Amino acid sequence: MGLASYLKSRLVPAELEAQLNRIRKPIGSLGYDPWGFNNDAVKYGFTLTRQIYEKYFRVEASGVEKVPAEGPVLLIANHSGQLPLDGLLIGYALASRPDQPRIPRAMIERFFPTVPWLGNLLNDVGAVLGDPINCAKMLENDEAVIVFPEGVRGSGKLYRDRYQLKRFGNGFMHLAMKYNTPIVPVGVVGCEETIPAIANIKPLAKALGVPYVPVALPVIFPVKVRLNFGEPMYFDNSEIPEEQVTERVEAVKTEIRKLIDKGLSEREGLF
Amino acid sequence: MSEQRKPRILVTGAAGALTQQVINRLRDNCDIVAVDFRQQVYLGDDIPSYCIDLNKRGFEDLFRQYRFDGVIHLGRLMTSELTRMRRYNANVLGTQRLLDLSHKYGIKRVIILSTFHVYGAMAYNPALIDEAAPLKSAGLSADLVDSVELENLANIYLWRYPELNITILRPCNIVGPGVRNTMSALLSSERAPVLAGFSPMMQFIHIDDMADAIVLAWQKPVKGVFNVAPHDWVAYQQALKMCGCKRIPILSVPPIVPKAIARLLNLKSFPHYLLAFFKYPVVIDGRAFAREFGFKPKRPLKEIFRYYRNNKRPV
Repeated sequence: MGLASYLKSRLVPAELEAQLNRIRKPIGSLGYDPWGFNNDAVKYGFTLTRQIYEKYFRVEASGVEKVPAEGPVLLIANHSGQLPLDGLLIGYALASRPDQPRIPRAMIERFFPTVPWLGNLLNDVGAVLGDPINCAKMLENDEAVIVFPEGVRGSGKLYRDRYQLKRFGNGFMHLAMKYNTPIVPVGVVGCEETIPAIANIKPLAKALGVPYVPVALPVIFPVKVRLNFGEPMYFDNSEIPEEQVTERVEAVKTEIRKLIDKGLSEREGLF
Repeated sequence: MSEQRKPRILVTGAAGALTQQVINRLRDNCDIVAVDFRQQVYLGDDIPSYCIDLNKRGFEDLFRQYRFDGVIHLGRLMTSELTRMRRYNANVLGTQRLLDLSHKYGIKRVIILSTFHVYGAMAYNPALIDEAAPLKSAGLSADLVDSVELENLANIYLWRYPELNITILRPCNIVGPGVRNTMSALLSSERAPVLAGFSPMMQFIHIDDMADAIVLAWQKPVKGVFNVAPHDWVAYQQALKMCGCKRIPILSVPPIVPKAIARLLNLKSFPHYLLAFFKYPVVIDGRAFAREFGFKPKRPLKEIFRYYRNNKRPV
């Protein structure tokens, strides 16, 4: 324990720990929540992510203050870049905002829990298996939840398809309506180019039981990432046919597309 | 049957530590008759205790002789005991006999101990599983079929004979002094196997708290199915660490490897059919029970782990 606290004092700056301690989470007596979020692990994760966020990807986040300070909220973003880096960066942007920071929970692909170490690591820092029941319980707990409605269709995209939004699932809209939750659209620009893949080896992916095996260079390029947060969108909980739910999803998709276009027009170069 | 008479309860599984705790809590206000199908246990001069198989004909004589008011059925063979077939006979057919006799002799209250294992451990489990979730265990391991069958049976009787007032309790890992299940064996060992790279969230309930929960259920005849678990969680490997166990990692992928190792070693504390529970979380939501019966666990996780840290025995 002595070593652990020493390492913590060296690695986790006091002001950062104070910042994270300010954020209240419903955790048990040993610092865990039912999904595996761990209060201490998140501090290390946060410290490490700060380096990645500020030094490596030099993220510029605009409009993060638009995310409501309390109550349930869904952050809906475009997904890209083979690895769930976009979730990490959006999470950090919200957790590090000076006014009323929040630690959001990212919904992750269903195959992550089957990957040794990585699955637990993601859970430790607040990521949760992307299951509608999990998402519903999170919203009931007044959490901010990051959802990528494109799922693996988005993250496994090839370089030639960059910034083309794939089909959005409707699940998030049903949850937003049921739990009266505002939706904050987020446009992520830059993650598409971090691991440019030219092909997906489907038979190998199938054999390994993973969603995709990209053909790409084994490097993550330090592309400058821009996150644009939009205005919260509200949808009432009226009994509407699925067709109209899809229309609402399309409205969110359109907002995200606008935010991506904004990010693309703002950037002067890849790096 | 006089109005003054204390309620008379048949309690099964008398050899178990949990049952004895329940009996001790109830013996002042109830007349207890204890049975166990493994051994005869002496529980004091005031408590008749029998070693009898629920499937034997003589078992009915107890109902004739004692005119029970209630049944607390805690006598389950654990998944690590005997063969699949014998477990099925004892747990499923035995319970069916017990429920049939309960119906025949006008029992007013039945409590049945189940387990959270019925939900099954798989990667896609959401957390805070509530009682309405499907019982996937039977599809995942043939060795857990009897647990699910027992539940199905109890559920049929619950709806068919509402006057039995059946309550089914699905507790998380019961641990603490005297508990002899897989989890308790692991926590009390010096070295415990873990699947490399997996540390699922787990819940533990102290045996004293579980006994309190059963007594609360006895006192309030609300029928139904309830999870019993404290609203507190810990990762498996962290729990082992806090119990002072040295963790022995076992290669975890591909899944066939740990299974083969577990079969090869045939450790009682790490059976191959429970491997998934050391890989994927099965976190249940015990809030409905807590609300309905006013249950509040008193022993925090730290206290449970302190007990195991201070009471080690060699593997």
